[in-house]
Amino acid sequence: MKPLYLSFETNTKMTAKVTVEDVQRVAELAHLELAPEETAPMVRDLNAILDYVAELNQLDTSNVVPLAQMSELSGGAIASLRADQVRPSLNRAVVMQQAPETDQAFFKVPKVIER
Amino acid sequence: MPGSQRVNRLPNETMTAESFVEQPKTLSALRGEIASGRTKAADLAAGYYERIEKLNPRLNVFLSLTKERAFEQAARMDAIASKGDPLPPLAGIPVGIKDVLVTQGAPSTAGSKILQDYRPPYDCTAVARLEASGAVLLGKTNCDEFAMGSSNENSAYGPVRNPVDPERVPGGSSGGSAAAVAANLAVATLGTDTGGSIRQPASFCGVVGVLPTYGRVSRYGLIAFASSLDRIGPLAANVRDAATLLGVIAGHDPCDATSSPAPVEDYAAESDKPAAGLRIGVPAEYFGEGLDPEVRAAVEKGIAALESAGCAIKPISLPHTKFAVPTYYLVATAEASANLARFDGVRYGYRSPNSATLSDMYSHSRDEGFGAEVKRRIFLGTYALSAGYYDAYYLKAQQVRRLLAEEFLRAFADVDAIVTPTSPFPAFKLGEKTGDPLAMYLADIYTVTASLAGICGVSVPCGATQTGLPVGMQVLARHFGESTAFRVARAVEAAGI
Repeated sequence: MKPLYLSFETNTKMTAKVTVEDVQRVAELAHLELAPEETAPMVRDLNAILDYVAELNQLDTSNVVPLAQMSELSGGAIASLRADQVRPSLNRAVVMQQAPETDQAFFKVPKVIER
Repeated sequence: MPGSQRVNRLPNETMTAESFVEQPKTLSALRGEIASGRTKAADLAAGYYERIEKLNPRLNVFLSLTKERAFEQAARMDAIASKGDPLPPLAGIPVGIKDVLVTQGAPSTAGSKILQDYRPPYDCTAVARLEASGAVLLGKTNCDEFAMGSSNENSAYGPVRNPVDPERVPGGSSGGSAAAVAANLAVATLGTDTGGSIRQPASFCGVVGVLPTYGRVSRYGLIAFASSLDRIGPLAANVRDAATLLGVIAGHDPCDATSSPAPVEDYAAESDKPAAGLRIGVPAEYFGEGLDPEVRAAVEKGIAALESAGCAIKPISLPHTKFAVPTYYLVATAEASANLARFDGVRYGYRSPNSATLSDMYSHSRDEGFGAEVKRRIFLGTYALSAGYYDAYYLKAQQVRRLLAEEFLRAFADVDAIVTPTSPFPAFKLGEKTGDPLAMYLADIYTVTASLAGICGVSVPCGATQTGLPVGMQVLARHFGESTAFRVARAVEAAGI
């Protein structure tokens, strides 16, 4: 097996600096607001954290399969998929009690389309 | 709401260096008392509520109490005991549940304002299994918001104070669950561990905390933070009781496809077996720069005790350890950004009033509902997953994750367990690290490795510093090797360091 680690190959993609524009774009993607006074600290914190995670560039992972399923490591003891059968689910009335706004059948939200 | 009530918040007062530590009775002692009728489960619960009412204003351990539910369960157990029928294994045992685990009809806030008024329509599987085994659910314990934190200072409901020294943090994110056991506000508790959130607070508060193997305990009803890392596990005052609780909550659950069908061992009985003959690895990377000298001295005493108990101590090397924290913070934040997308003000949880459009409603609700650390992690995770950066960050982290996991698998070919300090330092003071998120992340350096590798571990008390702050030893074992970890932890516990 090819040695997988410590080849110190640099992946230049992970040295990107986060800008104010980046942070504003991420805020949109994540549906979060960012007050003007919160923007600079967020840029600073993200850059500090991303500078730190750039340590991973020291590892050559070009031949490493990403690990996504933990069960693969523990002997593949994954449960079989359940049968696709209709089963009782949560009671709608109980679920709707938790909704901020509902007509008891559907969730109500502010209008999506302007006329 | 019926069956639950809010408890007093921490008053704004100066703390003295007073200790609130008290050792709960063991499960077997309590079980004997309840079975014989010498102690009524209802009286036991009432006694615990009295102590909670007295201490909670100082320690802020419980966010809500489930008295009606507790006394109904206690009455059921007392009825069984008075008939002389066989009692379930946790009959009448008062427990606390971390508030990220949902409880039907009772507050389940995850330490967040966004879920302040949420009353879940179902029970978490682990909670249901505890109650089916006779446990009495006292209430819900405080934690960092969505389990994101290492000090409990990120709770929207105020920090938990460490019962050993209320000027100090209890650790996090399961700080309330650890402090509850340390102060005898519950006999045992459930916590969750994504990067160390059971083990680290257990070490800070001087109790036992268990990280089960990924898949050992169903995650159904755990309000998700990072799904490939999240685990539910017990905290208790001694190893055997923690092992007993794990035996109750472990096992396959059709509601969690990642829960394992592997048979559940009798962990308590397994923990009784001597540790003699076990091979114990000591990784050099966990004893390097940044380790507090007093923590090192205490853990070295624990290693010496294992040698005296007949274990073979082997120096080992885990050279990828230094990559674990950056890997963890990429994987965990990416998954968190996806999981926390569900909090949108539509189906449950907080909705901001006065939003003209759907888009405004989403962003206002999330902005007003989430705290600063949760937002920071959603930002980092969203950035790491966004177009153009996915390969460089998330994919890279998943690749390094495999290297870290394979390194553990290789190590476990030669040793049965690996021992390390649980945390590089003992409990720190409130406010000491809040200004620097990166410094706080580095506190997780010894715990995130096992989280990424999916293996199991136990943090067991292993002495204290000169000023009396508890030190924890982390005992790691291979996937589904909980019995081995418990045997080693018992040997450390028995040495009475």
